[in-house]
Amino acid sequence: MKRIYMDYAATTPARPEVVQAMLPYFTEAFGNPSSIYSYGQEAKAAVDQARTRVANLIGAREEEIVFTSGGTEADNTALVGVALANESKGNHIITSAIEHHAVIETCEFLEKRGFTATHLKVDKYGLVDPDDVRKAITSKTVLISVMHANNEIGTIQPIAELARIAREAGVYFHTDAVQTTGHIPLDVNQLGVDLLSMSAHKFHGPKGVGALYIKKGTPLTPFLHGGGQEKRRRSGTENVPGIVGLGLAAELARLEMDGEVRRLTGLRDRLIAGLMERIDHVRLNGHATKRLPNNVNVSVEYVEGESMILNLDLEGICASTGSACSSGSLEPSHVLLACGLLHEQAHGSLRFSLGKWTEEGDINRVLDVLPGIVSKLRAMSPLLKSKK
Amino acid sequence: MTNAGAIYSEKVMDHFRNPRNVGDMENPDGVGHVGNPTCGDIMELYIRVKDNIITDAKFKTFGCGAAIATSSMVTELVMGKTIEEALEISNKAVVEALDGLPAVKMHCSVLAEEALKSAIDDYLSKSAKR
Ligand code: FES
Repeated sequence: MKRIYMDYAATTPARPEVVQAMLPYFTEAFGNPSSIYSYGQEAKAAVDQARTRVANLIGAREEEIVFTSGGTEADNTALVGVALANESKGNHIITSAIEHHAVIETCEFLEKRGFTATHLKVDKYGLVDPDDVRKAITSKTVLISVMHANNEIGTIQPIAELARIAREAGVYFHTDAVQTTGHIPLDVNQLGVDLLSMSAHKFHGPKGVGALYIKKGTPLTPFLHGGGQEKRRRSGTENVPGIVGLGLAAELARLEMDGEVRRLTGLRDRLIAGLMERIDHVRLNGHATKRLPNNVNVSVEYVEGESMILNLDLEGICASTGSACSSGSLEPSHVLLACGLLHEQAHGSLRFSLGKWTEEGDINRVLDVLPGIVSKLRAMSPLLKSKK
Repeated sequence: MTNAGAIYSEKVMDHFRNPRNVGDMENPDGVGHVGNPTCGDIMELYIRVKDNIITDAKFKTFGCGAAIATSSMVTELVMGKTIEEALEISNKAVVEALDGLPAVKMHCSVLAEEALKSAIDDYLSKSAKR
């Protein structure tokens, strides 16, 4: 059976050419970029090239890119680093209710250490209201962190507007752009952000590497201390193969972006329309248009998500759900609840995230298979009868 | 967000794919309706009792793969049992019959046991009134 992968928001396969480009840096070009002899300088040149490529992807300058071990480290570094560097100015952070756990948990970590945090509500589409940001700012606010696009529902926030409010108030602005970098056009100057997190494996680079954009002049206390790499902002010998992979993935994403955005948006809208048409009582989660080109998230009423995922898996289709049953904590998705969904609607959520190797035939297959799965599970559902 | 993947035993997957005794029952002798306080799922169990023996059982479940498989298994286990024997069926017995469940899914089997107990309670209180 052909396997159909529709969980690109969780991770993507590294592109073969990316893997090829990385390989020499494990073996013959193994040098430490800090060494002055030829091996070291070859590795340094490769890291520099990757830095240029990543900077080009997001409209930054090379010296504003700091390589990290991934999106989580980038988020942690941004939040803790700015909070600590600005402790004398204030101890208040503003964030949203639908952030990734890498931001939520880092805020909680800071809250236990004397910081306070405001978690902004979102509307039913998952959008933050700029007015709420304005109202939440106090004289103690040092940082605002709102994600560029949400990983579950794909909603794209009005970051440029939010960042402008922050700038006018003299507050630093961070955005977790793990879902958007390499996927939609993104320019740090147009967005007006001070810090931005990205992760290579979300756009066909390797796992274990990412980057944090730090606008020149942004005070930041380093998270990792040691040999002073990355201009003292992130110590530790560079993950040269990973960084090379990130660089090439960034370059390829930049070159192919326009075509991919168009292609995926078409597939996305076909899948959404098809699901609505073929299955009763389905609602779209997130916004219809302010949405990642590759994200489809629906709630199928009266059925539970994990049982749909299992049935899809039996058909070779890989997707995910915000159901409580499949979360380790047995709590439904905080994102869906923040958008006002009832528990049972969050239970019945399904996310299909499309990507480079998703084809029209894959969309058709989901549309052929899912209605049967849903009716089988609905026939089993005690919820449906009580609604009748 | 998580993928379900191959976390279940073959037995569980068998009962999940082909659940036994799904559906409603007309004029059941006992009905159990329970909700899962842990994750918010719902299970309904119907039993038919003749001469103190459970002659039929049906279920409806809104829940995960483990919840569906344990409901299905519990209906198989009670069939032909006396009320006293059926009351002895614990969630552990259901889990064993399914060749085990992942630790995070044990609470789903508790739901199945509770649904059975509540169906039997319902039967007993109805027959006491008669
Ligand atoms: S029914 Fe929710 S985890 Fe099993």
